[in-house]
Amino acid sequence: MPISGMVALAIGALYFLVPVFATIKFSVEQGHAGFGLQAYRQIFDDPQFRHTLWFSVQLALETTVVTMALMVPTVYWVHLRLPKIRAAVEAVTILPFVVPPIVLVVGLFDFFKSFSPDWLLQDFVFSPKFLVCAYVVLSLPFVYRALDAGIRAVDIQTLTEAAESLGASRSRTLFRVILPNLREAVLAACLLTFVIVLGEFTIASIALYQTFPVYITTIGSAQAYPAAALTVISVGLTFVAAAIFLVLGRIGLRKRRTALAAGMTSVAPAAVAKLGEA
Amino acid sequence: MPHLELQDLRKQFGTHTALGGVSVSLAEGEFLSLLGPSGCGKTTALRIIAGFLQPDSGRIVIAGEDVTSRAPNRRDIGMVFQAYSLFPNMTAAQNVAFGLKVRKWPSAKRDARVGELLEIVGLSHAVDRYPHQLSGGMQQRVALARALAIEPRVLLLDEPLSALDALVRVQLREEIRRVQTQLGITTVYVTHDQEEALSVSDRVAVMYGGGIEQLGSPAEIYGAPATRFVAEFIGTMNRLESRVAESEGGAVDINGAIVQVDAVRGRPAGQDVLLLLRPESITLETLNGKPPAPGGLAGEVTAQSFLGAITRLKIAAENGSELIANVPSTGAQAFNVAQRVVVRFPSDSARVLDV
Repeated sequence: MPISGMVALAIGALYFLVPVFATIKFSVEQGHAGFGLQAYRQIFDDPQFRHTLWFSVQLALETTVVTMALMVPTVYWVHLRLPKIRAAVEAVTILPFVVPPIVLVVGLFDFFKSFSPDWLLQDFVFSPKFLVCAYVVLSLPFVYRALDAGIRAVDIQTLTEAAESLGASRSRTLFRVILPNLREAVLAACLLTFVIVLGEFTIASIALYQTFPVYITTIGSAQAYPAAALTVISVGLTFVAAAIFLVLGRIGLRKRRTALAAGMTSVAPAAVAKLGEA
Repeated sequence: MPHLELQDLRKQFGTHTALGGVSVSLAEGEFLSLLGPSGCGKTTALRIIAGFLQPDSGRIVIAGEDVTSRAPNRRDIGMVFQAYSLFPNMTAAQNVAFGLKVRKWPSAKRDARVGELLEIVGLSHAVDRYPHQLSGGMQQRVALARALAIEPRVLLLDEPLSALDALVRVQLREEIRRVQTQLGITTVYVTHDQEEALSVSDRVAVMYGGGIEQLGSPAEIYGAPATRFVAEFIGTMNRLESRVAESEGGAVDINGAIVQVDAVRGRPAGQDVLLLLRPESITLETLNGKPPAPGGLAGEVTAQSFLGAITRLKIAAENGSELIANVPSTGAQAFNVAQRVVVRFPSDSARVLDV
């Protein structure tokens, strides 16, 4: 690597790492009493920590499932049968970027309140399900883009027609042929959705739910050292989540490589070159 | 009874007529090529047979059964695509097994069939490889095995060789023909490559502008083109604007040069006709100052290109005609550029079309 590249890399690394290390250092300070894990103990002893974290993880999982169930077939179908409306769909999925979350949540609330019958109000609008609904909208731009990029890399038209000509139904084609080839894109979309929900503050706060980010803010406004500890914990959690998704994405890849290595004796030179690139 | 029938297929895309009434019947086990330039409707016809497109009118009949409105996954048709279409997440064997799994074949029977098919296409050693570990030619062989595994009633091939190297293309087309003959499967093959179509087919349908220009055996298509388009599209052809000079004896006047042509016999003298002449029918004589004997076209060699066994010559005749002639390369040194020559051809070798 040339010197200029190393300098750029160092500056970039510092930009990200200095605040993290500063926060870590601050989180283990105990006022005049030197260093210790007092702040962490305080956080882990607080039942609110576990409750809010579990609540947010649940919301994140539900949002991820709903978003994928909604978007994977949609993106697939738009690419396959309605390529003309692709630009329009893309524009619609960008809207959540343009509309501030505060407008989104107030608008959604007003909309559902004025149209919903009583039972729906209780079971949906005034329940955490409403939050999931808002988060699905919020994650649209990221999910659409991730899936779109993945699907462009695959010749879905030909794969679909090949599967159909072999007698496969629509659902079999989607689950056995298309989805396995979108594995990386779907995992990336899942990760993005998960992380967005885990970090979303505005909507949850306005809708009066005690999610993990709301809890962080509450702690942050009152207790300085535990807030730093909490920040370190949440950064760590995000890394763990990202690592899990990355590992999941690699498993499929490794399987194929192992097969290649096993058949190495008879493999064509071109395939070996490909292995080198990978 | 014909095994596959295309009955008066019509298809319009906006203002563009992709198919303007195409009808053709295939006997069981027949190999038919749809040959034509891009936009001629050949792929549209194939996609209608496969069920990926619905015709505006007309019917597809397989073994007496109208399948026009049946979904592609219920037609029992095997298809090999132009683009690489193997499922990237499956090995060669899993790809071939896919259609059999859909049909719920028991696994022992399935494995046997997969092994058999991969052996037929010569890939028994590559069963466990993923598509990205196979060369283009191997991928298309697996695709062929996959299409044939389901014992389809009809096999469709959509320019399956166009992404491959020239050498592989020739090998694989012979192999496709061998497998097709071995299994006796009714096949429709779409290509824009005339050599490919002529070398493997029982019959060729030359298509142009959404219709079939000529349907016949490769020899008929090459030797007796029925229309001006076919004459121009298939092989290299000399086209000479001429006029019938003598009806009974069969002679034409090519811009002042009188030449014997059997095919004009019975046509009224003075009629304008188009003379078609293959470069390989022409024989050349050198002229060294002597006046030419009658019955040929005198001219001069203007270009020479070496093509291996033959050498192709361009000749500018004195009457204004331009001709292309093939001569064996062993004797080609006699016909260098600027050499004066006489062009002759057997009187039965020229075809005649109305102008």
